[in-house]
Formats: sequence, structure tokens, C-alpha cells
Amino acid sequence: MSENLLQKVMAESDQPINLCYQCKKCSVGCPMIDEFDFPPNMVMRMIQLGMKDELLKSKAIWMCVSCETCGSRCPNEIRIAPIMDSLRAQCLNEGVTPADPVTVALHSSFINSIKTFGRIHEATMLMAYKWKSKNFTSDLDVGLKLFLKGKIPLLPKKSKNMAKIKEIFKEAGK
Amino acid sequence: MATTYSYYPGCTSHSTAIEYIEASLAVIDALGIGLNELPDWCCCGAASAHNLSTSLALGLSAFNLAEAHKTGRDLVIPCAGCYGNLAQADHVMRHDEKERQRFEKQFDFNYDGQVKMLSLVDLLAREELRPAIKDLVKKPLKGLKVVCYYGCAIVRPGAITGVDDTENPRRIDKMMADLGAEVIDWSCKVDCCGADLGLTDAEKTAELVNKIVDYAVAAEADCLVTSCALCEANIDIRQQRLPILYFTEMMAEAFQIGDRQRWWKKHFNDPSKLF
Repeated sequence: MSENLLQKVMAESDQPINLCYQCKKCSVGCPMIDEFDFPPNMVMRMIQLGMKDELLKSKAIWMCVSCETCGSRCPNEIRIAPIMDSLRAQCLNEGVTPADPVTVALHSSFINSIKTFGRIHEATMLMAYKWKSKNFTSDLDVGLKLFLKGKIPLLPKKSKNMAKIKEIFKEAGK
Repeated sequence: MATTYSYYPGCTSHSTAIEYIEASLAVIDALGIGLNELPDWCCCGAASAHNLSTSLALGLSAFNLAEAHKTGRDLVIPCAGCYGNLAQADHVMRHDEKERQRFEKQFDFNYDGQVKMLSLVDLLAREELRPAIKDLVKKPLKGLKVVCYYGCAIVRPGAITGVDDTENPRRIDKMMADLGAEVIDWSCKVDCCGADLGLTDAEKTAELVNKIVDYAVAAEADCLVTSCALCEANIDIRQQRLPILYFTEMMAEAFQIGDRQRWWKKHFNDPSKLF
């Protein structure tokens, strides 16, 4: 139980979570709801009630793909996507084991590529992701198919001002 | 006189969306619109930065906003995901004075709110361009049945994208009708394709993609038209029933310009039989 969770997530996401009155419109339209352990409307209520441990350990926070369907339909104009961002960051910052480590492995590999080149280099990013997720077989064909279509360049392209890029990462603590 | 815009290519411009970018640049050139690539740019963070750190996501987008503001010209962003991120950062700068001042200092620029973030649909679906587009049509896309698929990032949230009908956007539909295509109304215009889940959960992505394609096939569409590179990749790779084309490829075909056959070879479901 955490009394400050509601205030913290509201401040970080800039969303009026306290206005949620459980109409469930978010959950009805959510394309990912079958993968969520707690539907979006319940996530809102859990934040109001300060159920921090359950939320940070949940699969729901990692399964949200930020499609913004819920946010654009909410009668109280609450966008859930930035709320999920706040919960995910808290999960990582507080050393909670993420319920979906594969998603975290993908995003970590992705931002490491930006940290190195300022841009994405798909070939090395995909290899780093496969290594991190220890998932060498599933879906390897997507990368291979794209490569065969000439859509995965071998050489990376770099941003010019890499010093500034490094500074952005340092300030974000990444 | 034709306007010149600043241009943010985004990382997929030289990889997964190469045919989208080449077609778009050909169409923009044919319309006499000038584009100058930003002197420097970095990845917008895609879905990954905001998934791990809001401050990282905002910082990366602010870097690009600063570069755009230094040019003083509106910024054209063909990639839907990049557009969503930069429009979100622009929204924050517009409404959060503290963040705006922090970024102005960090990136040494002055945010005056005058530089607009434009998706490629924002740029090309403008009412005043319609006569020029119709004039350029050499081969009307007659008899071709299309469904237009907008996806998420150029549509939602409406408060940031400026799209007034987020459940039934019509701008690409209108453009396709102007090219002579038969545009079919359908139910999945703004459904999610799974986005980055395409790399982490193949099964779920296939489920979402197949639902979209089921509806398109039920509507008797010959092809699906989109403006998002991630939607294109997810839908093209994970089904064998329907070709998917970028809206600017359709324009290039109607205008009979550019290296269209080479672009079609970049797709997994061969669109050449459509034309």
C-alpha cells in the first residue's frame, strides 16, 4: 500500500486519474486486453487505491502498446498511455522484476543503439535484442525476411552531435 | 510560390520504409514542394524510449524540435511513429513552461510555437493541394477497390494530432478517391496492428493483423493503403491474402512517376498485379 502512488503517477503522466469513475470504455476498446492481468479500468482503480506492488509486478503495464484508443475515448480525457509509462519507469527504477522481460530486452537494445549511433542500426539492435532476451529462434525469420528485401542496411548512420545525445541519456539516467 | 519545409527522415527512411520515402519524395517533388533535410537529427526514441523513460523520450524529441526551430520552417515527418513522438514533445513545450525553458537552455534555441509538426498526410491532404493532385493524375486508379488504414500514431490522441474525427478519419480516403480509386468504407481504419509487439509477440501480432485483413477482405478490397511504416511491415509480413501499399505509392502510380516496380519488390505481398 502506498499513499503517494496516485499523486506521483498523476504528476509524472500529467493525467487526471482521480476523475476515473469506472465507465470501462477504456477496457471495452483495448486491443491488448486479453494479454492484460488487470484490465485498464482496474489499473486506474488500483492507482487510486495505491496498490503499487501489484501494479509494478503486473503484466498489464508491459503489454500496453500505447495505441491511445482508450485515451481518445475516455469521457474524462484520461490518457492511459503516459500513465503506463510512469508505472513502467517505477518498475525499473525500483528494481522490481518486470513481468515481461522480453519487452524490456527489446526496448533496452533499441535505446542502446540510439546511445551508440544517435539513430537505429537495425542489424546490431536485433542481434543485441536476441542475445538479451535469450530468444534465438522465435521470429528470427522477420529480421531475415527484411534483410533479404534489402531493408536491413549493414552499415550504421550516425547523428552528428553525439555529445548532445550522450548528454540526453545521462540526464535521463540511462 | 511553392513553400519549402524542413524534413525529418527518421531511421526507417533508409531501412524498412525505403519504398515509402522514395515514393513520398517523388510525389512531393512532382507537386513542386521543397524539402530540406534537418542539418542534424537523432532517432525520436520510437516506442522504446518512452517505455523505459519519459525524460529520455522527451529529450530525444526535443533535440529534433530544436533543430527544426533553428530552420524556422514547418517540419514534415513521414514516419507515423516519429510524428507521434515529435508532436507529443511539441505539445509538452507548448503547455509546460518549465520543461520548455529547460530544453531551450539545453539545446540552445528559442521555442516560439511557430514551427508546426506535420505528418505526411497533414502535408498532402490539404484542401488547396487537391486541384494540383488531380492535375497530375495521368492514369486514374479506376476499378481499384481500396480500404484506407490509418493506424494509431497519426490519429490519436486528437488533442495532439489535431484530427477531429479519431474514429473515422477520411483524409487518405479523399485522396484515394481523387486518384480515381474506389474507396470502400470499413471498420478497422484506426485499429492497432500490434506496433512493436511485432518483435516480441508474433502470435498476438498475427491475431491483430488477421482481424484487420479479415475485415478488408470482407469489404472486397483489392489492397490496403496506409501511411505508417510499422503497420505496413506488421501487416505485409504476417499474412498472404492482401497487398498493402503506402498512400504515396498510390499517388506515384496515378501520376506515373518514380521507380514503382522496384518499390513493389520491397513488399512481401506483390502489388504489381493490381496495376
